[in-house]
Amino acid sequence: MSPAGNRPGNDGVNADVAVVGAGPAGLAAAVAAAEAGAAVAVVDAGSQPGGQFWRHRPETIVPEPDGRGHHGWRTYVDLRSRFDAARAAGRITYLPGLQVWMAQNYDGGFTLRTTPTVAGVPPRDNGSSVARTVVAPRLVLCPGGYDRQLPVPGWELPGAMAAGGIQAFIKGNAALPGKRFVIAGTGPFLLPVAAGVAEAGGQVLAVLESSSGSAWLPHLRAAAGVPGKALEGAEYASIFARHRIPYRQRSIVTEVLGTNHVTGVRTAKVDSVGRVRPGTERIYQGVDVVGFGWGFTPQMELPLSLGAETRLDADGSLVGVVDEHQQSSVRGLYLAGEVTGVGGASLAVLEGLAAGTAAARGRALSSSKTMWRHRKFAQAMHKAHPIPPSWQEWLTPDTAVCRCEEVTAGQIADARDLLDARDARSLKSFTRAGMGWCQGRVCGFATACLGEGTGNQGAAPSVGSLAGSAKRPLAAPVAIGELTALAEPAETNLQTKKN
Amino acid sequence: MTPASDVLVIGAGVIGAATAYFATQQGLTVTVLDKGLPASGTSSSCEGNILVSDKELGPELELTRYSLGVWHNDLAEYKKLWEFEAKGGIIVASRESSLASLHRVMSAQSGYGVDVEELDREALREAEPHISPEALGGASYREDCQVQPMLVAAHLVRLARQAGARFVADAPVTGFLRDGDRVTGVSSPRGDFSAGAVVNCTGTWAGELAAMAGVSVPVLPRRGFVMVTEPLPPMVHHKVYAAEYIDNVGSSDAGLQASPVVEGTPSGTILIGSTRERVGFDRTVSTEALGLLARNAVSLFPFLERIKAIRHYHGFRPYCPDHLPVIGHDDRAPGLWHAAGHEGAGIGLSAGTGKLLAQALAGQSPDLDLTPFAPARFGEEFSGASTTVTEHTEEATA
Repeated sequence: MSPAGNRPGNDGVNADVAVVGAGPAGLAAAVAAAEAGAAVAVVDAGSQPGGQFWRHRPETIVPEPDGRGHHGWRTYVDLRSRFDAARAAGRITYLPGLQVWMAQNYDGGFTLRTTPTVAGVPPRDNGSSVARTVVAPRLVLCPGGYDRQLPVPGWELPGAMAAGGIQAFIKGNAALPGKRFVIAGTGPFLLPVAAGVAEAGGQVLAVLESSSGSAWLPHLRAAAGVPGKALEGAEYASIFARHRIPYRQRSIVTEVLGTNHVTGVRTAKVDSVGRVRPGTERIYQGVDVVGFGWGFTPQMELPLSLGAETRLDADGSLVGVVDEHQQSSVRGLYLAGEVTGVGGASLAVLEGLAAGTAAARGRALSSSKTMWRHRKFAQAMHKAHPIPPSWQEWLTPDTAVCRCEEVTAGQIADARDLLDARDARSLKSFTRAGMGWCQGRVCGFATACLGEGTGNQGAAPSVGSLAGSAKRPLAAPVAIGELTALAEPAETNLQTKKN
Repeated sequence: MTPASDVLVIGAGVIGAATAYFATQQGLTVTVLDKGLPASGTSSSCEGNILVSDKELGPELELTRYSLGVWHNDLAEYKKLWEFEAKGGIIVASRESSLASLHRVMSAQSGYGVDVEELDREALREAEPHISPEALGGASYREDCQVQPMLVAAHLVRLARQAGARFVADAPVTGFLRDGDRVTGVSSPRGDFSAGAVVNCTGTWAGELAAMAGVSVPVLPRRGFVMVTEPLPPMVHHKVYAAEYIDNVGSSDAGLQASPVVEGTPSGTILIGSTRERVGFDRTVSTEALGLLARNAVSLFPFLERIKAIRHYHGFRPYCPDHLPVIGHDDRAPGLWHAAGHEGAGIGLSAGTGKLLAQALAGQSPDLDLTPFAPARFGEEFSGASTTVTEHTEEATA
């Protein structure tokens, strides 16, 4: 490659530390790096800081949000005021409304190429949302994650949403995407989603948790190490009681019902490995939104594209390997938040602070006891709320797995059994699962599981299969017109493009 | 040691799969080894072209036409399995000079029996309504087709297995079994495999495997990037490329080259190809290559400027210095055969290559003379070439 391809053009931003993401980890990293004296550039897909966790209504409409329905809002307010102060002091260049479509490393530094999150949005007053190229010797990636989904018959119907999608809808719009809800899947995250729906005036017919409370018993010590989580739990219990929300353990949705839109769900009780217990089926009618959450999938395309070493976390997710200062296997590349292991916002903030400080060459924060306790808690949570090993038995051959390309479980099983497609990459080649608009972000994990086959306990996908599915050479869609400028060496950028 | 086969095919890409399939059709017993899974190398990172339009007159064109017949006849019943599409190709000229060279190529091709028809300005716009206003005219090649290459390889392996072949995945070759000079099989982590004939169908890695057997076969990698757009309603109806493409294909220039190749697919995405550069097995994404692809595609179809690219992929075309493949027995190592180095034409040539090689393996005289493709034709001047190719473990990205 010509070195010219790596230089920022007229649109370039140079910084000591580049941060991708402005959620809990990204905000903390940016603040820590700026306060340690670095010039920081923050690229974020959102139009205002907060990320998914602290998503709030547009500040142009609600200038001083009160944080109702949020957790750790005081932490957000503190980080935000320090973020704003650093911006005012010229230490942070904030680039909202931009997605990184490609990250490259060269000569010990990094280049981020960006594109506006929503095409056609006019440039904002602060000059952002115009594609910019960011160049920095050190990079902190805090891209977060998205809801992990498992296919189930009927989940392609409108009204079937990711649990986090429901929460984001409420936080971003102060409105509900429907009236009568069922929330299903596994993990503590189902609780705030259901509570948020109820507090916003929606009716939650049931929360279905595939695991059971007793699964926590072996992990009580880890849970006790993070007392804040117990308080949160008590708060949800009170909201559930107030709104009379049934919380059903060892229960799953076996089918989403409806023709043009969700109208109901069929549910069943399951045993400890997720097998449906005959005779326990039940139908909920009059449901217009069903939300699914099976934990989270970290957004790994940028760490992978830069060559960061990965591993499998306790929840079966592909995550980046980091040292005690959050540095990845790639020198100068730091990771914080869900990409190092799904662990929630409090842990993400601690990791962000450590990564930002280290990236700014500040006084290294040693890995704190609090961080260690949060990590223990996260591992315990993952073990108590696993993906049920027998989930593949819930599918019928007609069940859509890849909704973008309409690929069914039967087609995937055929490719696996007849064509030796045992990893996500081969399945994608042969069936088009994961080739559509979302590029496998929704179905990648499930497809990788299906490639391993049903086996006795449903073998977990390997690092190789998950990495094959999570590698996205374009980390975000980008207009071909935006790419044409890359053909020009930097010094001839101003010349006419005619050949 | 597993029971000996008549034929041991190394590599389950499209060439190995076709060779294995046609060998079973000859009644031979066949084992196929791959270092990974079927279609995990170049077969999974190309465009699936079966082209007549870009071939040089001579042995390559003859092999192309023979192969086309195999696709249409021997493999006719399987067309649906691999999304065979007779979409036709169109070469577009946007300058008077390139239009003149296109006319020269056309008349030469017609002389060799290629089905080519001139398109004037209007006819070109009728065939491709969204073509650039600057396009002056073109040539239509109705014989050009396309397949989904991964499905070709995977289904040919499956059909070969149905006919009795054995397939072993995750079996990289670690050494050759010899009886004196004679090659009698290979070793791998999955065991030793012996055979009457070992066929090297390892594409870009063929030089390395040959070197392991002590012979030089100068197959080198030539990198190409392909970009894929978001799904669209049908906007591009043929495989459309610019007249300069033909010059590029035959070029030995090491630098980055790109000329526009734009085609719609049944799934609605548009493929934009393709660059050619000799950079070894470098997998670094080249922004310059992506920029060239984008610029050239927009010059052919201006509407693409506003369309989003959702992914890109790259692969390594296996090529020989004279741009012809190596197909046949290697007299320097009795028992060793090669079928590799098909460059950017491997998908299209696979069917014919497999059938001809199977005839030769069965002791018949092949339908087409394989002498121009003899593996030993390069002599010793290229003996060092294969040793520069060392990195081969990383999986191709698609």
